[in-house]
Amino acid sequence: MPDSLTIAEGRKLDIQKIRKDFPILETTVYGHPLVYLDNAATTQKPKAVLKAMDDYYVTINSNVHRGVHHLSQVATDAYEAGRKKIAAYINSRHTHEVIFTRGTTESINLVAACFGKKFLAAGDYILVSAMEHHSNIVPWQMIAEEKAAKVRVIPIDEKGELILDNLEKLLEGVKIVAFNYVSNALGTINPAKTIIDAAHRQGIPVLLDAAQAVQHLTVDVQDLDVDFLAFSSHKLYGPTGLGVLYGKEEWLNKLPPYQGGGEMIKTVSFEKTTYNDLPYKFEAGTPDMAGAIGLGAAIDYVQQLGIEQIHAAEHELMVYALDTLAGIDGLRLIGATDARHRAGVVSFLVGNIHPFDLGELLDKQGIAVRTGHHCAQPIMDRYCIPGTVRASMAVYTTPEEIDRLAAGIRKAAKLLG
Amino acid sequence: MTIQEQQDEIIADFEYFSDWMDKYEHIIQLGKELPLIDAQYKTEEHLIRGCQSQVWLHADYRDGKLFFTADSDAVITKGLISLVIKVLSGHTPKEISDAEIRFIDAIGLSSHLSPTRSNGLLSMVKQIKMYAVAYQAKSQIAQQ
Repeated sequence: MPDSLTIAEGRKLDIQKIRKDFPILETTVYGHPLVYLDNAATTQKPKAVLKAMDDYYVTINSNVHRGVHHLSQVATDAYEAGRKKIAAYINSRHTHEVIFTRGTTESINLVAACFGKKFLAAGDYILVSAMEHHSNIVPWQMIAEEKAAKVRVIPIDEKGELILDNLEKLLEGVKIVAFNYVSNALGTINPAKTIIDAAHRQGIPVLLDAAQAVQHLTVDVQDLDVDFLAFSSHKLYGPTGLGVLYGKEEWLNKLPPYQGGGEMIKTVSFEKTTYNDLPYKFEAGTPDMAGAIGLGAAIDYVQQLGIEQIHAAEHELMVYALDTLAGIDGLRLIGATDARHRAGVVSFLVGNIHPFDLGELLDKQGIAVRTGHHCAQPIMDRYCIPGTVRASMAVYTTPEEIDRLAAGIRKAAKLLG
Repeated sequence: MTIQEQQDEIIADFEYFSDWMDKYEHIIQLGKELPLIDAQYKTEEHLIRGCQSQVWLHADYRDGKLFFTADSDAVITKGLISLVIKVLSGHTPKEISDAEIRFIDAIGLSSHLSPTRSNGLLSMVKQIKMYAVAYQAKSQIAQQ
């Protein structure tokens, strides 16, 4: 049973009202109203986020932390307010534990490079899971190669869940553990706390890829006691191009800087440069001010709805989706069949139909899904399949859209069969 | 039928369908007419790169003309190769390498196919043209 599952009581979300906040959902595709089920790739943005970013450029655009002038001060305050909202959202102890990056990928690369540089030696192990996105595999392979370290893998079972029976043994010789909270390809919710606790018992730090978790579940870094946590703004209803790395203060202080440049220094001379304090030590160059403000607005929006309410609504929809899809002839669900173990994503195949064919015909009916290996080839190898069709949901997804998906699949399967 | 005439015929056929699902139904039907590649050629070296689905292509040179056979694990892809082969198969290497392929744009496929699929379609055309260029060079050497 996933440790994060809490079904909220009481207030229910008005999804039709929420949909009005997302202008893009009015789009028509090939003459059909858009059914957007590619939310695991990126979510749509509510008007509040678009307005916050527009307001930034219209009224206060200025470079941050540098100018003595008024606008720079206002822009800096707004930018730092964004950081505070993120810190509060994930319940980090300190605001300076929140580092802005370009996305989850850069956050993971930062930790892999900086942690690896200082703490990895020949023969050490990095433990990842078999259901990682390529962005939580390749950076570790790169640093492993550089340091003659090795990457070890937590296996998964047929239901798409991690096999943790031998976790203690898998942790032997490991210097850092990195895995995702929710799988982007399968939707599996991993027992993050169990793995983190096991790693900590052996003094091993953990990086959690929360790119597919922060928009669906309550993520509390203090409760998880996680050392590093990465996610992207654009999957949490925020703008593209911005990511977050949370790190415990003690760890961030121990790591060497990532990139050099302005903002990340205290003093520079040709003899000796001293680095800035957290979080600026890891934020070389002019940051994405509008992005941080936009993500702040996205978090306000999510908080207004309530992440627990969002989770409850999405869980209800997941139950409906699994039930509806199960009624389609020849449909094979990849991963857990129990909605309690899933968030946001259903991955499936229909008969012998190539996922690419199915995706293309769904598109022509106005239904946006993703097909392929979802940047997680090792999972597809595990199931011996070329890829899947992935339908992924967000807070604005309705049961009617799931019905449209089911009807679309049936129509496509008839043509392709 | 010349390559140009064949393309005109395909363009006219597609004009008949207004709905994209109907167009796809037609493409899927065409896939069933595809001259299938002999199993012995379904190997790594006959695979075309750049497709999300797997595509195998083989060329036969007979009486100065090139004939193509192919297969794919995806049904729509099969239909698309079938179209390309309909246009280009059974012509001389020179005719094939000189041919201007305009039917893909004309029937709106390039803008309506997903980018990976339309890249794959272009890879197929490119591969067929490469065969043609190779056989052209071969026959020129033989004539010398």
